[in-house]
Amino acid sequence: MHAHKDGHLMSDQAAVGLHGVTKRFGETVVAVKDVDLEIPEGEFFSLLGPSGCGKTTTLRMIAGLEYPTEGSVRIYGEEMGVRPPNKRPVNTVFQSYALFPHMNVQDNISFGLRMQKVDEADVQLRVGRSIDLVRLTGMEKRKPNALSGGQQQRVALARALVNRPKVLLLDEPLGALDLKLRQTMQLELKDIQSEVGITFVYVTHDQEEALTMSDRIAVMNEGRLAQVGRPEDIYESPNSRFVAGFVGEMCFLPAHVVADGSVSLDGGAVVSATTTSGPGTDVTLAIRPEMLHLYAEASDAPSDRNSIDGSVSRTVFFGDSILYEVDVGAAGTMDVRVENIPSMRRWNVGDRVVVDFHREAATALNND
Amino acid sequence: MTDLKEHQDAAEQQASPELEKKVQRRESWRGFLHAAPAYVYLTIFFTLPLVIVFVFSFASRSRTGKPILEDWNLDSWAKLVDPLVRTIAIRSFWMAFFNTVLTLLIAYPFAYWIATRRRQSTRTILLIGVLIPFWSNFLVRTYAWRMLLDSDGFITQIGEMTGLWGRLLFTAPAVFIGLVYGYLPFMVLPLYAALERMDWSLVEAGRDLFASGPKAFRKITLPLSKPGIIAGSILVFIPSLGAYVTPDILGGGKTNLLGNYIVTQFGSAANWPFGSALSGAILIVMLIATILYFRTGGKTI
Repeated sequence: MHAHKDGHLMSDQAAVGLHGVTKRFGETVVAVKDVDLEIPEGEFFSLLGPSGCGKTTTLRMIAGLEYPTEGSVRIYGEEMGVRPPNKRPVNTVFQSYALFPHMNVQDNISFGLRMQKVDEADVQLRVGRSIDLVRLTGMEKRKPNALSGGQQQRVALARALVNRPKVLLLDEPLGALDLKLRQTMQLELKDIQSEVGITFVYVTHDQEEALTMSDRIAVMNEGRLAQVGRPEDIYESPNSRFVAGFVGEMCFLPAHVVADGSVSLDGGAVVSATTTSGPGTDVTLAIRPEMLHLYAEASDAPSDRNSIDGSVSRTVFFGDSILYEVDVGAAGTMDVRVENIPSMRRWNVGDRVVVDFHREAATALNND
Repeated sequence: MTDLKEHQDAAEQQASPELEKKVQRRESWRGFLHAAPAYVYLTIFFTLPLVIVFVFSFASRSRTGKPILEDWNLDSWAKLVDPLVRTIAIRSFWMAFFNTVLTLLIAYPFAYWIATRRRQSTRTILLIGVLIPFWSNFLVRTYAWRMLLDSDGFITQIGEMTGLWGRLLFTAPAVFIGLVYGYLPFMVLPLYAALERMDWSLVEAGRDLFASGPKAFRKITLPLSKPGIIAGSILVFIPSLGAYVTPDILGGGKTNLLGNYIVTQFGSAANWPFGSALSGAILIVMLIATILYFRTGGKTI
């Protein structure tokens, strides 16, 4: 670590550093608000959030396609300022691929190298390798419009990777693909990333995609960073109702802190949960549906856990699991996801049940 | 119930090639009806006069200059290889060519500027601005230029004040000013259409892939706006090749160009067959040139 002249402390390893970055469009629109981020070299980092949360704008500021209104963008410690995109050591895979329609696959991929005046023999070699890497051998002479969506996606990836950027920026690269292909490409992208060892900054609104692929995730909301952490941290200990609701399924119940580690629900039931605020505070109790279990009698459930009485009000069959909506009286309803395995009891609408969960599965989130 | 079922079965069985053909016939008939008014109009007022011109080119000429529709011959067509005709044709070609290039150079930045305005309303207003000149007659506008370019005209006065130019009327620059002015909208509109359709993320991708601004323009924007360049160039080149009004009014008709040469054949020279052959020849050459241009252009787009 060493101090820069403006006083920011930053590690030499950070591939990308954003410090107090704010982006305004015109007078009124604030797309990104005071974002601080450090992305270490070699990391698969995701910016996750709903549309309009500022994730794409953040990515574009790293690429140099937008300039921050305030704050600084650094790549390997070097201040980018208003340096144009062609002078930055990063490349982008665009959302709609942005392949040049008037050039074939080979010309698309070699574009960046030609612009950098890399000598011809080297261009041929590197383009050939990239084509192998993304498995497009035999497609060299095709125009983009003669390729399938998945193939176009691969050309876009190869076109960026062939330049060996220090950081690869990906703007929802799998958004236009169908589910099956998207899942295959997720794995493929992850493999390619570990193969080339380049830092990936990946923008997505798909929480599942972010969870499965990333080393770390930054969840964004309304231009701000809501939470930054490993997928496990984000999923298991969300720091706000927004993050809890956006990443994965979550069942929320209004609650009231009665003591440290204990909350009361509307209707009187008292349950143990992780609390961060003192007694008397109104909070929201958040529990993952798959952390809940159903029993016929309270006596069937393990004794050291929370249990709430209710009745099944709806069942939804998913194939690999079944979702039961349980009416727990004044406290509201809880979604319970039960794995569909032969030994598991099936419930019907109207059945009296006991909803059971471990105290560590329940988190009392502050109402914002 | 069973009736309905049988009916459906019958319908399904009928979905055979026969039925498909019937639908296709009906569609094509409907298509023809939509196009019929244009067909009829063009046949009467465009194709027919062209045929007449073509027929006259094989006619002969009486001593008084009247065309005679007998003694059919190829004399007028043979006369096309005359050195004088060739000189005039080459001169007209270069004039049309320079005019096209000049118009393109002026129109492209303008069309680019309009197409890159963020707000749709701004773009619409600017486009209407391009079209406003069409609201008044071309001849009237050309005479207006004549006043501007004449000795006591505004433009001449500026030139004399700065000492850069004198009276422009009846000079080559005057003709080019008039031609560029007249054909500019025909170049701006197709260029605008091509640039407005552009996916600007392609330019961003180019910049991201280490292309400087000018390089990205040359490698991406320019090739992608090629359909607009081709369409605009054809729309400007063809009418400038046969331009008559502008060279006559602003150039004083001093130099022989294809336009006024043809007019002369139908007027003072009283040689209708030769005038017809000239017109026919230009038409054929332009037709072939246009087809070739589109073919080569179409392949690279």
